[in-house]
Amino acid sequence: MGGVLPLIGKRLLLGLGTLLVVSIIIFGAVELLPGDIAQQILGQSATEETVAALREELGLNRPSYIRYFEWLGGAVQGDFGVSLANQRSVAEQLGPRFANTLFLAGLAAVISVPLAIGLGVLAALYRNSVFDRVANAVSLVSISSPEFFLGYILIVYLAVQNQIFPAISNVTPDMDFIERLYRTMLPAITMALVVTAYMMRMTRAAIINLLASPYIEMARLKGVPNSKVITRHALPNALAPIINVVALNLAYLITGVVLVEVVFVYPGVGQLLVDSVTKRDFPVVQACCLIFAATFILFNLIADVGAILSNPRLRHPK
Amino acid sequence: MISFVIIYYAFLILACCVAAYYKYRTALLILFTLLCVSLISGLLGGADVLVNITIFVALLAAAAGLSYSFRESLIQVLPPEGAKLMRTAPLTAAFGLLVIIAYIIAAVFAPVIAPFGEAEVVGSSFAPPDDVMLLGGDQLGRDLFSRLIYGARNTVGIALLTTAIAFIVGTLAGLVAASMGGWVDQVLGRIVDTLMAIPQLIFALLLLTIVGTSVINLILVIALLYSPLIFRLARAVAGNIVVMDYIEAARLRGESTWYLITQEVLANITAPLAAEFGLRFCFVFLAISALSFLGLGIQPPTADWGSMVRENATLISFGATTPLIPAAAIALLTVAVNFVVDWMLHISSGLKE
Repeated sequence: MGGVLPLIGKRLLLGLGTLLVVSIIIFGAVELLPGDIAQQILGQSATEETVAALREELGLNRPSYIRYFEWLGGAVQGDFGVSLANQRSVAEQLGPRFANTLFLAGLAAVISVPLAIGLGVLAALYRNSVFDRVANAVSLVSISSPEFFLGYILIVYLAVQNQIFPAISNVTPDMDFIERLYRTMLPAITMALVVTAYMMRMTRAAIINLLASPYIEMARLKGVPNSKVITRHALPNALAPIINVVALNLAYLITGVVLVEVVFVYPGVGQLLVDSVTKRDFPVVQACCLIFAATFILFNLIADVGAILSNPRLRHPK
Repeated sequence: MISFVIIYYAFLILACCVAAYYKYRTALLILFTLLCVSLISGLLGGADVLVNITIFVALLAAAAGLSYSFRESLIQVLPPEGAKLMRTAPLTAAFGLLVIIAYIIAAVFAPVIAPFGEAEVVGSSFAPPDDVMLLGGDQLGRDLFSRLIYGARNTVGIALLTTAIAFIVGTLAGLVAASMGGWVDQVLGRIVDTLMAIPQLIFALLLLTIVGTSVINLILVIALLYSPLIFRLARAVAGNIVVMDYIEAARLRGESTWYLITQEVLANITAPLAAEFGLRFCFVFLAISALSFLGLGIQPPTADWGSMVRENATLISFGATTPLIPAAAIALLTVAVNFVVDWMLHISSGLKE
């Protein structure tokens, strides 16, 4: 494993660096506002004195790089400042919502990952068959549909016409696990539909790529039965691309929650983000963006590290 | 209802037997799966589910028949070269073409087709469908059908414009990076890496908070966020071209970088770029619809499919499906473009089944 640690270390550093640059962008973008936050809050009609007073109160008089480091330092410790809209601590609002979002994304992942890998492998093994074509067409349609379309279709059929699930997923902290699971099911299925389609197509492509390699042909030529070719030769080597596919799609999942949360009025980070964008509540928007970006980068990092770990050539360098 | 169920199953079983007798393996498999699915869902959901399945299958068959006749008539009408191309087209591609043409007609002739104006209040709010308003009214009593037609013009037009801007910026930057190399390539590459490190929808929300929501801002923000992907492709395919001998020859002739980019490189990468344009259009279209749905994209009273879904979403909780139609219009166009892009990729890769 000696050769692989520096590689992973390099990746981690690169990911940390990317996160730093992203945080600069997120902070700097707000600095680019015409005027500044104080001007934005008070509007055009505010007098010069009130704007100056608010500027003093928010500490906007100091140079931006000092405020950036203060903001970053606070963010690392879980302090994202105070919301402009209701003067409450951003972290306080964000905490339970982030847990909700993770629960939703996790549930969607639990549904979609086994389904997608199973279907993808099957589609690759029986490629160009009826099953493959139907799976391809269905996944294409579900990728092409906006998330809110799928969500509302599910609401119409599973919540309004047949009252199986609730149309609005209002979870509260004091709910027990089963109740929470029941209320989160529809949004989770919606997200799982999209992600399963992506993951299935990518798994299928990865496996087909693999089955075309010479050692598979060799195994077939020496007379190994088909099932054994798959289990002994193909699947162990398919691990790397599949880990990659899963991690990339989980990264997509965590950011794809925004639309689904709005459709189902689910109290997660995505909905908070959209509300704050409409209210132009900058500290909350910055915090949400940083959280989403960090999760996104983290999963991309996992994909990279997974690819390194599952590649024997990198694990045992010559 | 009972006679419908009996006829439904009798027909399916008969079709299965016919397929089995004539050894149509694929047809038998599909029919038998359909039979099993209908048995289970019929037991669970009653006869209504069977009616829905029948409608769905009939729609599929109608679409297939329509695209078949469309393809065959195109083969007859087009000049020999086009006819040859169409003959190789799968049914899905013909269907995609048909849908795209229908959307273009709707967009161009919107004022002629739509019975009412885009923002014209016709009846009461949420009026049920009747002879005057084909799909009923929306939350302000405007005609949903007319707004749907105008939406083709607004939503698709804005998405096309955005994709075009993203494409021009991305391709130009990619070609410059590929043909100049060195530090220009490095700097552009790093900028693109950072832009792509933030998820696009989140980044779009951040930027729209800052610049405010308007159509121009929307177009510029989305174009900025989607150009890195095009940059990457353009850079990659152009990278293969710039090492060719004829580029070397052109350099030695003393041609300018601009000449190299436009005359030598661009001419050789049009096929992958055209397919990429279709794919990117789908993503941009979905992103703009998503933002409009969130109320941050195209602003009222402009008719737009994303915001139409949002405005009429309350109807859905009463079991009405009309608010789903604009969303279905988005999905249909994306599927159609994907079908055509698949076919184009197939042609340009030179694969033969």
